[in-house]
Amino acid sequence: MSSFLLAYMPIDSPIHRLNAVTKLIFFVVWSLVAMITFDTRILAVMLTIGCVIFAISRVPFRNVAIPVYLILIFLFLNNVAIFLFSPQEGVEIYGSRTEWLHLVGRYTLTWEQMFYQMNVTLKYLTVLPMALLFLVTTHPSEFASSLARIGVNYRIGYALAIALRYIPDIQRDYRHIAFAQQTRGLDLSRKEKLGTRIKNAISIVWPLILSSLDRIEKISAAMELRGFGSQKKRTFYNSRPLATGDYIALALLAVLTFVALYVTFHDGSRFYNPF
Amino acid sequence: MFQKMLTVKTIVAIGIGTAVFVILGRFGSIPTGVPNTNIETAYAFLALMSVLFGPIAGVLIGWFGHGIKDAIMYGSPWFSWVIASGIVGLVIGLAANQIKISEGEFGKAEIIKFNIYQVIGNVLAWLLVAPVLDILIYAEPVNKVWTQGIVAGIANIVTVGVIGTILLLAYAKTRTKTGSLSKDA
Repeated sequence: MSSFLLAYMPIDSPIHRLNAVTKLIFFVVWSLVAMITFDTRILAVMLTIGCVIFAISRVPFRNVAIPVYLILIFLFLNNVAIFLFSPQEGVEIYGSRTEWLHLVGRYTLTWEQMFYQMNVTLKYLTVLPMALLFLVTTHPSEFASSLARIGVNYRIGYALAIALRYIPDIQRDYRHIAFAQQTRGLDLSRKEKLGTRIKNAISIVWPLILSSLDRIEKISAAMELRGFGSQKKRTFYNSRPLATGDYIALALLAVLTFVALYVTFHDGSRFYNPF
Repeated sequence: MFQKMLTVKTIVAIGIGTAVFVILGRFGSIPTGVPNTNIETAYAFLALMSVLFGPIAGVLIGWFGHGIKDAIMYGSPWFSWVIASGIVGLVIGLAANQIKISEGEFGKAEIIKFNIYQVIGNVLAWLLVAPVLDILIYAEPVNKVWTQGIVAGIANIVTVGVIGTILLLAYAKTRTKTGSLSKDA
C-alpha cells in the first residue's frame, strides 16, 4: 500500500516566508482566473510564471513528482475521452475546420480540435504549480489563521485545521485496521467476488468509523472544556502581519488578474481564436 | 447563525469527517471490474455523517474532503466535482431531522426515506451540478460530461444505497432505543 501524500515541508525560501494569507489569496484568485479564461496566450504566460515561482520556492521536484505523474496520466485519459466523445468539439467552438489526419469513421483529427484540447490541458496545468506550492509551503495552523483573516468564520477554519491535523492519524488507524483484517484473511483485491469484496471493505471501514466517532466525542469535549467558540472572534498564535514580500506578491497578482481578464474579454469571447 | 448551527461537536465532526473522507477516498475504493468505475466507500461514509450531523456538516465534509483528497493526490482539485460532492452531503443532510438515528430508530420507513434523499442528492450532484460546471468551467464536450455523470451517479447511488444503508443499520444498533427499558415484574 503506497502511503504517499503531499504535505507541508519546511524549507527556507522567499515563497515559504510569504504569509499564509497571501498564498491563500494567490491560489484562490489564480485558480479562478485559470477557470474563467480560455485564452491560450494568458494560460501559457500563467503556466510559465507558475513554473518560475515554483523554481524560486526551491521545492525539489522529486517531492511532488508522484502527484504530477498521476495528473499527467489523468489528463491523458481525459483527453482521449474528450476526443472519443466529441472529435469535432473544437470545430464547433472555433467555427472553422482545418483537417489534418483522417482516422476512422467520424474521427478526423483537426487542428481546431487539437488546439481546443491543448487549451483544456493548459487550463488544468496552470493551476498545478500554485496548488502544489500552496500545499507544500503552507503550515496547516497558519492556514487556519489565514482563513480567519480573509473573513471565513473561524469555526470553519478550525474544522479545516482539525482535518489537516488528523489526516495522518486517521491514515495510521486505517492501515492498522486494514493489516489486522488482512492477517485474518480478508481480501480486497480482484481475486474475490464483488459481494465478498464489499463485505470485506465494510469490515475495515466500520471499525474506522467507530473509532473516529469516539475521537469526535473526545476532541469536542476537550474543546468545550477549554471554552472554544464562546467568543465571536479569536486570536491565533501563528498569525503574522503582512510584510513587504506579501505586498509585492499581491500587487503582482492584481496586475496579472487585470491583464488576464482584459485580454480574455476585450474581443467579447473567452476563447482565443487563431483560425 | 453560525453560533447556533455550528456547535463545537459539528465543527469537530466536520474536521474528523473530512480526514476520514480523504483517507477512504485514497485507500477505500473497491474496483468493480468496469474500468474507471469504483465503489467509493467514502460516499457511504459521507452519507452516514450527513445523517448524523446534518446538512452543514454534510456539505463541508464533501467539499473539504474531496478538495483535500484531490489536492494531496493529484496536486490540484477538479473543482466542478468537488462542488458536486458537497451537494450530495447537503441533500442527504436534509434527511437528518427526519431520521432519529441517535435514538436507534432505523426501520423500513427510515431506510426508504434515507434512500429517497440519497438518490435525489446523487442525481442533483452527478447529473446536474458536475456536468454543468464541467461545461461552464472547462468547456468540455456535452455528451462526455453527461456520460461521466451518469456512470458516477449510478455507481454512487448503488454504493450509498448498499453500503450507506448497512452502515446506518449498524450504527443504529449501537444506540440504545428510547423506551427500551422495561420494569421487571
